[in-house]
Amino acid sequence: MNTYVPSSAEEKRLMLEALGMKDADELYADIPEKIKIKHLSLPEGISEQELSEKAEALCRKNKVYTAIFRGAGAYNHYIPAIVRSVISKEEFVTAYTPYQAEISQGILQSIFEYQTMICALTGLDVSNASVYDGASAAAESVAACRERKRSKALVSSLLNPMVISTVETYCKANGMTVELIPGKDGVTDTDALTSALDDTTACVLTAQVNFLGCIEDCRIASDAAHAAGAKYIMYINPIAAAILSSAGEYRADLACGEGQPLGMPLSFGGPYLGFMAARKELVRKLPGRIVGQTLDSDGNRAFVLTLQAREQHIRREKASSNICSNEALCALCAACYMSAMGKKGMRRAATVSLSNAHYLAKALDSLGFKRIYSSEFFNEFLTSCPVNSDELMKKLDCEGILGGLPTKDGILWCTTECNSREQIDRLLKICGEATK
Amino acid sequence: MNINTECLYSKSHEWVRIENDTAYIGITDYAQNQLGDIVFVGLPVVGDKVSTSDAYSDVESVKAVSDVYSPVDGTISEVNTQLESDPALLNTDPYGTWIAKLTDISSTDGLMTPAEYEEYCAAL
Amino acid sequence: MKLIFEKSVKGRGLSLLKEPDVPEYALSEGLLRKEPLDLPEVSETDISRHYTSLAKQAHGINDGFYPLGSCTMKYNPKIDEQVASERAFTALHPLQPEESAQGALEVMYECSKSLCEITGMDDFTLQPAAGAHGEFTGLLLIRAYHESRGDLKRTKIIVPDSAHGTNPASAAMAGYTVVNIPSAPDGCVDLEKLRAVCSDDTAGLMLTNPNTVGIFDKNILEITEIVHSAGGLCYYDGANLNAVMGIVRPGDMGFDVVHLNLHKTFSTPHGGGGPGSGPVGCKSFLSSFLPGKTVVRNDDGSFAFSVPSDSIGSVRSFYGNFLVVLKAYCYILSLGASGIPDTAKNAVLNANYLKHLLEKNYDMAYGGICMHEFVMTLEKIKHESGVSALDIAKALLDKGMHPPTMYFPLIVHEALMIEPTETESKETLEQAAEAFTQIYEMAVKDPEYLRGAPYNTPIKRPDEAEAARNPVLRYIPEK
Repeated sequence: MNTYVPSSAEEKRLMLEALGMKDADELYADIPEKIKIKHLSLPEGISEQELSEKAEALCRKNKVYTAIFRGAGAYNHYIPAIVRSVISKEEFVTAYTPYQAEISQGILQSIFEYQTMICALTGLDVSNASVYDGASAAAESVAACRERKRSKALVSSLLNPMVISTVETYCKANGMTVELIPGKDGVTDTDALTSALDDTTACVLTAQVNFLGCIEDCRIASDAAHAAGAKYIMYINPIAAAILSSAGEYRADLACGEGQPLGMPLSFGGPYLGFMAARKELVRKLPGRIVGQTLDSDGNRAFVLTLQAREQHIRREKASSNICSNEALCALCAACYMSAMGKKGMRRAATVSLSNAHYLAKALDSLGFKRIYSSEFFNEFLTSCPVNSDELMKKLDCEGILGGLPTKDGILWCTTECNSREQIDRLLKICGEATK
Repeated sequence: MNINTECLYSKSHEWVRIENDTAYIGITDYAQNQLGDIVFVGLPVVGDKVSTSDAYSDVESVKAVSDVYSPVDGTISEVNTQLESDPALLNTDPYGTWIAKLTDISSTDGLMTPAEYEEYCAAL
Repeated sequence: MKLIFEKSVKGRGLSLLKEPDVPEYALSEGLLRKEPLDLPEVSETDISRHYTSLAKQAHGINDGFYPLGSCTMKYNPKIDEQVASERAFTALHPLQPEESAQGALEVMYECSKSLCEITGMDDFTLQPAAGAHGEFTGLLLIRAYHESRGDLKRTKIIVPDSAHGTNPASAAMAGYTVVNIPSAPDGCVDLEKLRAVCSDDTAGLMLTNPNTVGIFDKNILEITEIVHSAGGLCYYDGANLNAVMGIVRPGDMGFDVVHLNLHKTFSTPHGGGGPGSGPVGCKSFLSSFLPGKTVVRNDDGSFAFSVPSDSIGSVRSFYGNFLVVLKAYCYILSLGASGIPDTAKNAVLNANYLKHLLEKNYDMAYGGICMHEFVMTLEKIKHESGVSALDIAKALLDKGMHPPTMYFPLIVHEALMIEPTETESKETLEQAAEAFTQIYEMAVKDPEYLRGAPYNTPIKRPDEAEAARNPVLRYIPEK
């Protein structure tokens, strides 16, 4: 057993004695006897060494693929060593929320820098300090657009299904209605969108790079939303954002997305990072913590949590969101990643991911894996599968390759800069053999 | 603590000043002092009907938010947009800074006179 | 200190990625970004030193005593971090086949089962990413339950006025009207007031027990009975479970739904504000409503995902903050059946010992034995010397200690809420008490000095009013 309690038996005795007690059980006099439990039905605690061995055994039951061609919301990008080093610093890892600004300048400044970088990436004016993940960021963005007479959200059906599901859960809870806009040729059907817009529409939410990997020209959705007096929310891929038109350029009111590609490992789905940015007029609609710059009483620059009166701990049931803990360490990770990569590194990650995908798509096409949609795509694309997809995946699996994601409409392939040409050629060879 | 002699007062520390058929409403010096540095004022919308039982605005200080009630019923005819950029006016000049103007106002029965309000505050 | 943008030098940068080895694809011009991407141009040395100097201006659990009430700032075991950094966990794609992630599924399954045993619940979801997210999820289970029975008039959630702000905020997000009930003079639930508000429109009650003033509400069985007999459900906010884990279980107190904060009770680090993890447990009659996917064990001993039949949907992507769950599972394995209640007892013992030491100079908001935390009221000091709870908190910064939670709960004036946790030693508690004593003496002798505190921190008191009135939320270079 390893409880991390430092007190010795004698120290505990002395503390109890000071309280006039003999046994720690006396501390629980207020708890009705009949509900106290005798013993937890759990194994007894183990030593650190045993835990280490147990963990190794669990690790052996997981397979680490040498090549990953699957994305669908979680992307295997290269993580610079400096990022891992920085986010392991225990002052960052073990601190609580920076409520005491005087001893938390390091964390507050890191968030301020993160907010600045998210603004740069999105081309918008203000960012919050993070929310849980991309899906909850989308849900919070939709909720932020609600107005007294506008409570309908038009949501592209080509967003990641988990994002759609989360937006629907939040909206059902708070009384907003969600209307899904169908896709057409792999992108959001803007005619359907335009005809669904009316004076009760609070916002339009579409993805710049949608679940099928297709790149959407968001100008049409943005302009249509604005013409109807609604807000436009753009869901973005932060790596693609290094080369694609920014949310600001598309005159989006809010931008949000999944920050995991910015230096976070796949981690079986979390922790990830929800980022959110907005035009400055909407700053008070952003949920959660925001760091601002001010001066201290000596006139020196200082950073603080600001606009706090929007938040749950002050506004309680009138707060627009309940978020309290966020993903601060992941935001730090993203900021460190963007600093290390810089503009050039980000562009290269995006360009190589894109180019690899196009190289793969072309070669797959010649093997009979035909693209379902012809739109421009970023690093993911959907193809038909001329063979049994389960069997193909098993063959790839045997070679240490995680293939594309089988869906009801075909296989959703993904590449990043981590897929070398050699890896892609190996994948193609196996796919080729499977079709023979 | 300042008390303006031209106003009538509510128990929740708001004032009203009637000029012709228009009511100017705001918060008292006592209220702003209790709130501390005011950093934001949530303004109502012109045309909204307000009643004495519903908050029509809220004011934020750094670590608190307080509802603001109207001392009389009425319809918002104008809001003080100066407060959007300079909420601290409520601290520096609480009686010179109205939050909203009302028309179609109800009677001022039941409100305190300046002398009554002074007495009321003294007892708090 | 300079911002990383202010350290930027044109032309600097790292070389991290290899040259592309496939033909470069050019997207059509119309889709491309026109505005420059303004990121800093810095070297690896610049970045490394920048974050090292930022780290020196942060206060973590290893920088000193951290008795932040309600936050359970206990030590974060290193072995748990080590396990969670294994590539066999970090490199797992969330959509890789279940057969290839059996270790991860086993962690999720076993952690859920352990949490069921600790809380007296029947099922858990690990999807919620934080405590507040768990509250929202739990309330949606309650809502789904009433709706499934066609009981649509239950629109109200009862919350005591001592509750965390997240409780009413979560209830509002879940579409409920909040009914606040004032606490009794002893800080506990006022049974008469509770009875008065319970009716056929009551959807449920949200409660922490021990409550936010650090007292175990001994009427708990009566409280949950009152709500149940009105047809409502009882929600347990697990923020304060550290005091009673292994001693008494929410399920046995009469609660139907519970969320836990793995980043509090189960020792996973807070990361400067997150990531946390807020699993939600429920009694079996609510299991079919759980969000996302849960893990089941097949007859052959393998693990698989399962989607609850009447699921409320998803509250985020994938399965939650998996690595945080993994760390918490390691912690549970270390403590085991005896270590869990032992931990709770030591948390309560430490709190009572520190309270005992502080009682000489400071007024406690409530008498008697406290649980894992206690609340002091500095009203008298404020009245006598003008020194506020804020001033005392700031003075503690100069002593190298993180201050307690300030001005919470709202029902106590000039409140300081202290939670030492079990991972602090007797001597740390005594040193903290000594620091409090010195500050008290200073409050009597030189209140003006305290009003200027802190003096030895990287910055002095910041102007928060200015920050909120004229928000500067990102760096804009001077032209």
